[in-house]
Amino acid sequence: MIAITDQPIDHARLTDRVRSTRAGAVCTFLGTTREVTGDRRTDHLDYEAYAGMAEKTLGDLEAEARERWALVDVAIEHRVGRVELGEISVVVAVSAPHRKQAFEACQWLMDTIKEVVPIWKKETWADGSEEWVHPGLDPTPDPPRVDRPTARPAGGVASGRRSGRLEG
Amino acid sequence: MLVKIRLFAVARQRLGSPEVGVELPEPATVATLRTAVAEQHPALAALMPGMMVAVEGEYAAEDREIRAGQEVALIPPVSGGAVHDRRAAGNR
Repeated sequence: MIAITDQPIDHARLTDRVRSTRAGAVCTFLGTTREVTGDRRTDHLDYEAYAGMAEKTLGDLEAEARERWALVDVAIEHRVGRVELGEISVVVAVSAPHRKQAFEACQWLMDTIKEVVPIWKKETWADGSEEWVHPGLDPTPDPPRVDRPTARPAGGVASGRRSGRLEG
Repeated sequence: MLVKIRLFAVARQRLGSPEVGVELPEPATVATLRTAVAEQHPALAALMPGMMVAVEGEYAAEDREIRAGQEVALIPPVSGGAVHDRRAAGNR
């Protein structure tokens, strides 16, 4: 089960959804908005999705996980729009006969979601500045939004900074 | 041919629009499209080397042909990051 929503996510509902008498293990991961990253403080996050492709990609990942592990059920839900501190931005719930399968599949799904699913995160810091999180892309804080020629060389510079990642 | 390209996140913000038109020679590929976007929309030029291109909702390799009427999108790196190789390899 795959969903992208602009409403708060009910993680207990998703966990219950994958529970089964065929499963001896249920593993649920929650990605939540962390307030402090290094020496910076987050005010809130905004997520933007390429909805059609994101749903399709999530469905492909669920299918691949079911091939790689003997799973009973899978539920994945991702939030878009504004997400406040402490709120849940993503849930991955997996049930399986045994815990090893549930742990492994849950971790693989979450790691891979963050690598390939076209959903992007914008940090709004406590000082009011905004920053799209695009690792490897020119990390310079975004200039005013109107079209404007840029003199920066192509390619950008990877900063290695990982601001505001989902996981706590 | 004129191809409409969907923009997201930093690319959408820099151009101030969720969609942009690009004139492409025919036949066109993902590589052709990269060059055309950089030339015709200087605000996106610096971003292009880091972008993936999706055609019909799938990550597309550089040699994939682009035809009129297809859904094309620029995909900035997502927050897990640094896996362009994996994504491109998946569609070869």
